[in-house]
Amino acid sequence: MNKINIKIEGISYQVDENLTILEAAKACGYEIPSLCAFNHGECNQGSCRVCLVEVEGARGLVASCVYPVSEGMSIKISSAKAVTARRESVELLLSNHNKNCQQCDKNGQCELLHVANITGARDDAFAGVLTETHIDRLAPGLVRDTSKCILCGRCIARCENAQGIGILGYENRGFNTFVAPAEDRSFADSPCIQCGQCVNVCPTGALMEHSEIDKVDAAFKAGKHVIVQAAPAVRAALGEEFDYPIGTPVTGKMIAALRRLGFERVYDVNFGADLTIMEEGTELLGRLKNNGVLPMITSCSPGWVNYAEYNYGDLLPHLSSCKSPHQMQGAIIKSYWAEQHGINPEDIFVVSVMPCVAKKFEKEREQQKVNGIPDVDAVITTRELARMIRRAGIMFNRLPDEEWDQDIMGDYTGAAVIFGVTGGVMEAALRTVYHALTGKEKEEIVFTEVRGHEAGIREASIDIDGTVVNVAIASGMRSAKVLLDQIKEGTSKYHFIEIMGCPGGCINGGGQPYVRSCFLPNESDDIMDTYKEKRAKALYSEDERQVIRQSHNNPQIKELYDKFLGEPNSHKAHELLHTSYAAREGFNEL
Amino acid sequence: MIENIEMLESHSAECTKAFDKKLKGIDGKRHIILCGGTGCLSNHSTEIQDKFEQLIKEKNIGYKVEVNQVGCFGFCSQGPFVKIYPEETLYRLVSVNDVEEIIESDIINNTVVERLLYVDPATNEKISKQDDITFYKKQKRIALHGCGVINPEDINEALGMGAFKGLKRALSMSRQEVIDEVLASGIRGRGGAGFPSGRKWQFAYNVESDEKYVVCNGDEGDPGAFMDRSILEGNPLAVIEGMMIAGYAIGAKNGYFYVRAEYPIAVNRLKIAIKQAEEMGLLGDNILGTDFSFRCHLRLGAGAFVCGEETALLNSIEGKRGMPRPRPPFPAVKGLWGQPTIINNVETLACIPFIMREGAQAFSSVGTENSKGTKVFALGGNVNNVGLVEVPMGTTLRELIFDIGGGIPNGKKFKAIQTGGPSGGCLTEEFLDEPIDFDNLVAKGSMMGSGGAIVMDEDTCMVDVAKFYMEFICDESCGKCSPCRIGTKRMLEILTRITEGQGTMKDLEDLEELSETVKANSLCALGQTAANPVTSTLKHFRDEYIAHIVDKKCPAHICKNLMQYQINLDKCVGCGLCAKGCPAGCIERTYYIPEGHKLASFNIDTSKCVKCGSCMAACRLKAISKN
Amino acid sequence: MGKLNATAVAKIEEICSRYTDEKTPLMMILSDIQNEYGYIPLEVQEIVSKHTGISVAEIYGVVTFYSFFSLTPKGKYVIGCCLGTACYVKGAGEVIDRFSELLNIKPGETTEDGLFTLDALRCIGACGIAPAVTINGKVYPKLDSTKVEDIIYQYRWNETHGEEAPTA
Repeated sequence: MNKINIKIEGISYQVDENLTILEAAKACGYEIPSLCAFNHGECNQGSCRVCLVEVEGARGLVASCVYPVSEGMSIKISSAKAVTARRESVELLLSNHNKNCQQCDKNGQCELLHVANITGARDDAFAGVLTETHIDRLAPGLVRDTSKCILCGRCIARCENAQGIGILGYENRGFNTFVAPAEDRSFADSPCIQCGQCVNVCPTGALMEHSEIDKVDAAFKAGKHVIVQAAPAVRAALGEEFDYPIGTPVTGKMIAALRRLGFERVYDVNFGADLTIMEEGTELLGRLKNNGVLPMITSCSPGWVNYAEYNYGDLLPHLSSCKSPHQMQGAIIKSYWAEQHGINPEDIFVVSVMPCVAKKFEKEREQQKVNGIPDVDAVITTRELARMIRRAGIMFNRLPDEEWDQDIMGDYTGAAVIFGVTGGVMEAALRTVYHALTGKEKEEIVFTEVRGHEAGIREASIDIDGTVVNVAIASGMRSAKVLLDQIKEGTSKYHFIEIMGCPGGCINGGGQPYVRSCFLPNESDDIMDTYKEKRAKALYSEDERQVIRQSHNNPQIKELYDKFLGEPNSHKAHELLHTSYAAREGFNEL
Repeated sequence: MIENIEMLESHSAECTKAFDKKLKGIDGKRHIILCGGTGCLSNHSTEIQDKFEQLIKEKNIGYKVEVNQVGCFGFCSQGPFVKIYPEETLYRLVSVNDVEEIIESDIINNTVVERLLYVDPATNEKISKQDDITFYKKQKRIALHGCGVINPEDINEALGMGAFKGLKRALSMSRQEVIDEVLASGIRGRGGAGFPSGRKWQFAYNVESDEKYVVCNGDEGDPGAFMDRSILEGNPLAVIEGMMIAGYAIGAKNGYFYVRAEYPIAVNRLKIAIKQAEEMGLLGDNILGTDFSFRCHLRLGAGAFVCGEETALLNSIEGKRGMPRPRPPFPAVKGLWGQPTIINNVETLACIPFIMREGAQAFSSVGTENSKGTKVFALGGNVNNVGLVEVPMGTTLRELIFDIGGGIPNGKKFKAIQTGGPSGGCLTEEFLDEPIDFDNLVAKGSMMGSGGAIVMDEDTCMVDVAKFYMEFICDESCGKCSPCRIGTKRMLEILTRITEGQGTMKDLEDLEELSETVKANSLCALGQTAANPVTSTLKHFRDEYIAHIVDKKCPAHICKNLMQYQINLDKCVGCGLCAKGCPAGCIERTYYIPEGHKLASFNIDTSKCVKCGSCMAACRLKAISKN
Repeated sequence: MGKLNATAVAKIEEICSRYTDEKTPLMMILSDIQNEYGYIPLEVQEIVSKHTGISVAEIYGVVTFYSFFSLTPKGKYVIGCCLGTACYVKGAGEVIDRFSELLNIKPGETTEDGLFTLDALRCIGACGIAPAVTINGKVYPKLDSTKVEDIIYQYRWNETHGEEAPTA
């Protein structure tokens, strides 16, 4: 990369060429307040006007987020003109903003409030009427409240970039512009897959998960047996909410916190993940042997399942009929566990802590109920858990490291842990399939060829004692679409495909902590480029630490089959652990 | 098919001969031409033409007279026009009922129909020739070349008037030489900002790329401006030729016209011109036997003023919302579909053939030091001669308004002229002798803009004018950047408050601060100039704002909340016409009979009055006034 | 979807395929649909989305950005009742109510036969002839509610007979 010379506030610096002023300034140690700017232009470029600076020789002020540096450029960030301009841009945004910050769930992590603070926005400057508000609370996963929206366009770009479905767009123009699915529909009445990627990038409280903390509170109040189960990806990111560096696994402290929140049992969804591998691995072997529908595609990501139902109704037989791990585990809790403890399933309230907002939708599906009883009663995101921990006055960093509850479903394997990263389900399944086909364990346990933390497509051919299994992995629907179109055209060469709704898998799920350098002072500036890798590493390292690393070797899983389910894919297993899918109309008639 | 330069030359020569015959009557025929601009067409120009044709047929005089429609004459307030060659007699305000008389008297009996001639309001003299009318006298036609003379739907008439001579010369030069010629002419963009066109071309020329584009900006959206429409309606081929020269210069093979969908006639004529040029081989591959190939494409706007901003326009062509892009990268480097693109406005491109045909010197000898050539203005508002005028740069505002425009109607006093539409500002009496050029207008607090020139008389409320433009901008803001989206709304709210009598002096401070903010912080020119009408009215008419705020009075009696209708009881003869026409029923007879009158006077109950003004219009004695 | 009949679907698909040579034909497609049908509802946008690969939200964004495009159909005759203050006090309220009653639509709506749209307008500056109504640009001065029936009758007569109705 060539270096060029620039000056900031009269001081000379050398920076990489091809940077924007905003990026270059950061490299030189200046944080220019900015709001719409996001992840290398994943936004409505240069729209908020909060990052204005003076550049010698340029006509007027320039938006540093989109203005490239050039040789000899002289930049003034703190000139009176620039400081005033930035403040006034923020004040204008605030004048059209629903300022009920105290009641807003984004309080503390709101970028608008952050820049208002930095720029010194004045009270009630430029007061006037607000743009008409549009609120959508119908979808189980997401809530949209345009009174908080600043039209930065990050959500629109993310939905298009990650998922290629472009659910969100601008409507109307000028002062009446707002962001919504077409026809200002609810997410529930549009082909939105409720992955929550838009929530992850929203700088304000305009897009939020549909909180279920109240439901959990009510369950406690009603005296239910409230059981909690946490997904693997949560432990890899929860620490970020409490100032730990990205990628710090906080499993022990998380368990301790959950226990202090009053949950009767604290379980790891990893047990359910091991169970999923048993069922899904068996299903795959069955399809391979009996000329079943191939390729088989994983179904543990509810965002992906939604996408399939909306867009590829004819490919639904390719989806594994297995429920996702937390649903399986919920079903076991409300059957086997309940039976063992002599508790009426209706008195049990299962809470899943998930990196995901689509799980909030998944648990509501009719196909996910057993005899009318839902497997899972509430799903809270990693962020909601952090909120509950803070609310309870728990000082997270002072918690001791504790262990999962051990009765009946405490054991889990390394295979289950890596479910949280793209390629993980595939690898876990391969470990078990290898054993099923060869009768022995693979010496080199990991399948590095399916690993990675980025969006996109990875593929591999695995030769297991002469049986070649062609596999492919995709995360994010933009990538998945490529593999699906191949199946549709009859050109797919794969036997088994893993698809995850979010780019990078669950570690980057729509319920994970916000990654913003302004709130993470201990991180380097390029966290947007590295956080997925760091979180993935946290999971892979936990896999390595496990003694048992294949699902079929989980002793409690063996016990569950011996005592209760019989064998994988048995009648009982189907009743509890498997589900069905149905094609859905994207824009249903209202 | 015209395959090479020699063929073009001989064909053009024939066309010129034929066209001359027509204009000079050498073919022994009289030629009746009608104005086919949008204004005259909506005043039944086509019906008039039909009537002419019907009568010519009935009277069997087709052997000595022909009827044709041409582009806009420019003098819209006097339309529809009928002009008769070779005498060049000009009839104005013609209606279908006049046609028979024109045929009988002028065509058959060679007697001019005096009552249809233009009367000079200053001298009361009847004028029979177009060129003798003051409105036309001070004009110089470069961009409007051929408009109102040629039949825009016949390429041969355009060729007869020199079309493609400019391209022919350009093709004999190197591309850099063409750019140098344009640079030497000093022409600056006619669409608003006045950026030197040659420099734009040079930027695009300098970028290496297999694909480059020329875009013609015909998204003329200023309320009250219609220069581009008239050029496209009057001589579309000139714009095509300009675009082709630009394409040759920068190395583009494709050009896109972006024209407002609200201009159906212009669009249709442009389509016809493109088709005729293609059929003659003047558009397509290997034009005139050279290796220059060029194609023209047409895209229609869909009702968004902001698409006049060039990067918003590019987004619109790309099928997106017309939201401007940040710059850099500039379109000349990364424009349409990411390729180097130059965007020139219709009038600019219409000047290019002249520059290439007559030479840079011919263009640069007209105008001022930094603003060369002519500029077309759409003169409107409170001025006698409403219409389209092309004047040399450097013409003073006084010449424009009082000589060409014929002054202010009804003996009212001139108050201000707004140039540059909603992006411009108003200029007052003290600036009347200022020469019009790009830099001077900006220095005086307005701008050239695309050429709208709205004259305002003493009855105009400047706060109301500022509000009108702000309403327009607010409606048309794309909503992308927050200063424009929210700031213009806030300014409109304040202006509305002031015109309704709810304003405070703090509002004035806020208005000034907002003006600065919106100007400095906005992403594109629409936002950056949005406050100009406010800034300039605040500067020149601050006392009017204060009158609204402090005295709760609208000095021009326009703002309804701040004015009242009043009957002068002593003037009122008690006829009752006002009460009869009052929609609110708030005018009643009093018991007061003025001395010498027979009937009691009427009075207005101002608490019920809806201020519609119908009483004032009904009163024959001018006994009703506003205050 | 489902609201569109097969002919309409075929027609829209034909419009979409008119511009296969163009790089970004969305605006041209939408203009043609607007001209053909007078409006571009969501289900039509879905078809355009399938053909162009552009998301429905983006198309919807384009449709709502440009004022030339409309989401709801307008009738063949657009009746604009001025509800400016002057017209209102002279009985424009009664006039629009009468139109509403006779056409069985509310302001902003269109009759089922697609013949009439009823719009309430802000002041059209014709206070001297209040109450004023415009129908496709033609101004009807000084209306009162008793004349409304005749006007509708006239337009309906023209529709079925293709000529001016005989005046009573």
